[in-house]
Amino acid sequence: MIDTTIPQDRMDPTFADEIAAEPGGEHIRRCFACGTCTASCPVREVTERYNPRRIIHMALLGLREPVLTSDFIWLCSTCYSCHERCPQDVRITELMHAIKNVAVRHGYIHPSFRTQVDQLLVHGRLYDITTYENERRVEQGLPAIAERAKEIAAILAATGLAEIPARGDELLGTQDG
Amino acid sequence: MDNPQASKLPVPHVSGGYALYLGCTAPVRALNYERAARATAARLGIELIDINDFGCCGFPLKAVQHDAALLLSARNLALAEEQGLDVCALCSSCTGTLAEANHALQNDEALRQRTNQALEAATGHRYNGTIQVRHFVRVLYEQVGLARIRQEVTVDLSGLRLAAHYGCHYLKPVDAHDRFDDPENPHSLDRLITALGAESIYYEGREQCCGGGILGADENTALAMPRLKLERVVAAGADALVIVCPFCDIMYELQQRRIEKLYETRYNVPVIFYPQLLGLAMGLSAEEVGLPLNRVKSKKLMEIAGDGRAQG
Repeated sequence: MIDTTIPQDRMDPTFADEIAAEPGGEHIRRCFACGTCTASCPVREVTERYNPRRIIHMALLGLREPVLTSDFIWLCSTCYSCHERCPQDVRITELMHAIKNVAVRHGYIHPSFRTQVDQLLVHGRLYDITTYENERRVEQGLPAIAERAKEIAAILAATGLAEIPARGDELLGTQDG
Repeated sequence: MDNPQASKLPVPHVSGGYALYLGCTAPVRALNYERAARATAARLGIELIDINDFGCCGFPLKAVQHDAALLLSARNLALAEEQGLDVCALCSSCTGTLAEANHALQNDEALRQRTNQALEAATGHRYNGTIQVRHFVRVLYEQVGLARIRQEVTVDLSGLRLAAHYGCHYLKPVDAHDRFDDPENPHSLDRLITALGAESIYYEGREQCCGGGILGADENTALAMPRLKLERVVAAGADALVIVCPFCDIMYELQQRRIEKLYETRYNVPVIFYPQLLGLAMGLSAEEVGLPLNRVKSKKLMEIAGDGRAQG
């Protein structure tokens, strides 16, 4: 967490611009901090660690490192409650994705998402299709299905996701539960 | 691109059936849902066509990289378009992700061209923006319609008190879903439930998210969300929670015992997919709608299934 007083040298004025240049982050500067997002948030209802208004405010203040290295940016459940209610059309769910995209680019991918990328690279889907899975399907009268990873791996390679920088792993791996 | 206007015109196709988009979760974690969806669709004349090459919808990559997620969506949309079929998806997250990508690609020609360039280079496919994406339950609501569903009911569900759980991506963001339902006060699932003769009861936090999106990132926080829902569903005296998404099922049903352990309590809330309920009301057997695979057993639902078999 950050101190109550924020030293100026920790504020990077280019941070909000970088987010605004990211697909989904375009409307970040529209936020007037009303807090409708936080009041609507089902994650905030169960933990104080996630607070969308606070994250947007920190981003607008230019607190680059505290935002990008945090684990709280990964706590958006993407329910779109704030997205639909925001009176300024900040498009917060997409904005949170944009912030995470920036974090990934700077090497701070959450380990669980890195695992999902690896899974997609190998299997083309989030859960493997094993012989066991297909036996269960056939038992239920459902057609067997197959993994089709080749084209998906090609897309991940073309977009640079086959080799994501892993600098953030250690940091995020030690977060408290 | 000789005529930029021409590429905007949808290529006409016969919308007799749908490309069935199973996604990653349903075909390995919610076989009961898939079975009931296929069985009810067959009875109602909705043709669902399997496309073996479908892969991940892109949802898990939205947080990682926008372009990669969009490309995965576009690839699936292209595969359906190549068959001249609209997409019908079982998973709400898949529906939302594909519908959002479709909305963006159909309304932004520059984005579509850029995406197609990368998609063709990586996979050889291209997407022209001519198809639609629908959730299976939305197809039931809009295409089959409540009147037809009422006609199909042969088993009495009156006396069943059910809690509708819409989840999130079934209807949000509303722009991607043609605003077919109201995000603040949704009604489609309630009407589909009451069309079967059962009661759809009000409970606190009806619109709350299942928490599935953060299960990987922070398990304890994620599980606190379905815990609240289960508490409220029990408080309202519901016989079962009715859902439309396999990931909601993971949170409410597959994780229910763990949540009970974590919070040292007992909920015992049966969770049922709407197509299962529909199938039972139409007289399909417990087996035909995959009811034996539901983990939290409901005596009432099993009795109803027994009646269905007797009459069907």
